[in-house]
Amino acid sequence: MMDLPENVPEAEEAIAGGGLLDRRVFLQRSLGVAAGGGLALSSLHTLAGEVPAGMKAPGRPFSNYGEPSAFEKEAVRWISANSMAPGNGISWTPLHRLEGTITPSGLHFERHHNGVPEIDPDKHQLLIHGLCRNPLRFSFNDLLRYPMVSRTLFVECGGNSNAGWHDEPIQTPVGYFHGLASCSEWTGIPLATLLDEVGLLPEARWLIAEGADAAAMNTSIPIEKALDDTLVALYQNGERIRPENGYPMRLILPGWEAVLNVKWLHRLQVASEPVMARNETAKYTELQPSGKAHQFSFVMEAKSIITHPSPGHHLKGPGLYQISGLAWSGRGRVAKVEVSADGGRSWAEAALTDPVLPKSFTRFRLPWRWDGSALILKSRVTDETGYRQPERNQLITERGKHGYFHYNAIVAWAIASDGAVTHVYA
Amino acid sequence: MSMLSSLHLTAVLISLILTLPGSVAAAPEGPHLGKSITAGDLDGLDINVFPDGRGLPDGNGNSETGARLFENLCAACHGAHGTGGSASELVGTSPLNGPHPDQSVGNYWPYATTLFDFIRRSMPLNAPRSLSADQVYALTAYILEINGLIAKGAVLDKKALPAIQMPNRDGFTRLWPENR
Repeated sequence: MMDLPENVPEAEEAIAGGGLLDRRVFLQRSLGVAAGGGLALSSLHTLAGEVPAGMKAPGRPFSNYGEPSAFEKEAVRWISANSMAPGNGISWTPLHRLEGTITPSGLHFERHHNGVPEIDPDKHQLLIHGLCRNPLRFSFNDLLRYPMVSRTLFVECGGNSNAGWHDEPIQTPVGYFHGLASCSEWTGIPLATLLDEVGLLPEARWLIAEGADAAAMNTSIPIEKALDDTLVALYQNGERIRPENGYPMRLILPGWEAVLNVKWLHRLQVASEPVMARNETAKYTELQPSGKAHQFSFVMEAKSIITHPSPGHHLKGPGLYQISGLAWSGRGRVAKVEVSADGGRSWAEAALTDPVLPKSFTRFRLPWRWDGSALILKSRVTDETGYRQPERNQLITERGKHGYFHYNAIVAWAIASDGAVTHVYA
Repeated sequence: MSMLSSLHLTAVLISLILTLPGSVAAAPEGPHLGKSITAGDLDGLDINVFPDGRGLPDGNGNSETGARLFENLCAACHGAHGTGGSASELVGTSPLNGPHPDQSVGNYWPYATTLFDFIRRSMPLNAPRSLSADQVYALTAYILEINGLIAKGAVLDKKALPAIQMPNRDGFTRLWPENR
């Protein structure tokens, strides 16, 4: 961890209230301050003039599969499971401990309805049947020979961020508030290739997907999405998908809510109508103030959050910081992220880290000179369709407080004069 | 245009029409390694139940049998008489447009067939797929009975279950494809 830089840029100009600087300041001056630098919860110092211990003795030997540093014990998923059924629940990606855009596979969020099945890929097959000319079964090993593509895509639970509906702002690290979202490079077979081989009948409109887990999780997917960009994914971040993320294969529906990205995929029934499964009727539907509910609300709307600084971090006094966060949209690319350091009165455009990919996490950053006064940080994203993330009061006016799913309002962090960061509704 | 290319164009057009509703033209061609599914391949695996009753098995059950099964298999998590516990409440009638809406089976679920589909594939959590068709019909009947939707002792089978009109059948607005 770095302490505050000694050299600060000269003649820097604030471009919005609260000390937000032009997004090019860091680039121009090559300061390269790591996000999180100066936010340290604790830091270890090597004494000047002392040879580091690791330089005076041989290090550890090789390992077959590497693990994080022993000093990174805090960068773990938090688990929230049903005490009566430990395999029923969720675990969160610790977004407040991560940087960049790729979620390490072992930190990808989890939602299981009844545990993680142990599946032998040599015994696993994918069945495609129903309204098609040639119902087929594909062994896992056969599928390895099919043409594949790789895409970097976020996967987000429809229920992510839903603590935002609470009457009081939840006080927890950002990963345990917004971390039912993760981003990986997924490699797999375009589902359209397999559907071409079974030969869809003209009345085919939906696919009923089912996982080979103890919940036999099933859900209905429109045939248009299946033929457009849906993947049968076999690899995550270059290696075979982790068991908790669907080993040996899962669906990936770019930009659509995670429940449709069926893990442990083993069956697709081609149908003319949705099956009306529990997870598309009783759950993953959003009750509106009128008493009617939204159904088949598949697309995850644009969202952004500041991950550094965020609750649990502590600013160590006035000075230069880099604000860093994540933005994404299920409709395509992030077009713009703006940051406010005065509670939304003025906004400054953040720099987006290349590559800005559609339906992927996009990292934004902005230099900020904090003068030590109490203020409120916010971020808001606009995607390439022109959709802009709403303020919380606007979202609640439109959708009420009982929607549970698809909460994507602007998030506000209060910075106290002592450097403490808390979640506020502002 | 030569006869050959004209025939070829016609064939392309026909194949495009045959592959409606969606074009798969953009999909890379696969090596065609899939094996035909034979009659037995889906036995016990094709368990989807549609709102019109397609997929429902033979058999039947009544709510009184279901009540006893519920007490033994379900009440520990769903509470006595479905009032909720570590698992969801199954009953409750607070209006959906009020301050504390109950998204219970009777108040919220649009289709009775969903109950059968979900219980058969997922419940009970400690032994999914262990219930017979008769037992699933009985449990479905009991849950519908405690929601006031069928009479005590009523028998459900593959004809009676899809005929039940749920109160919130029309309570949903589809965002796909209408408002995508």
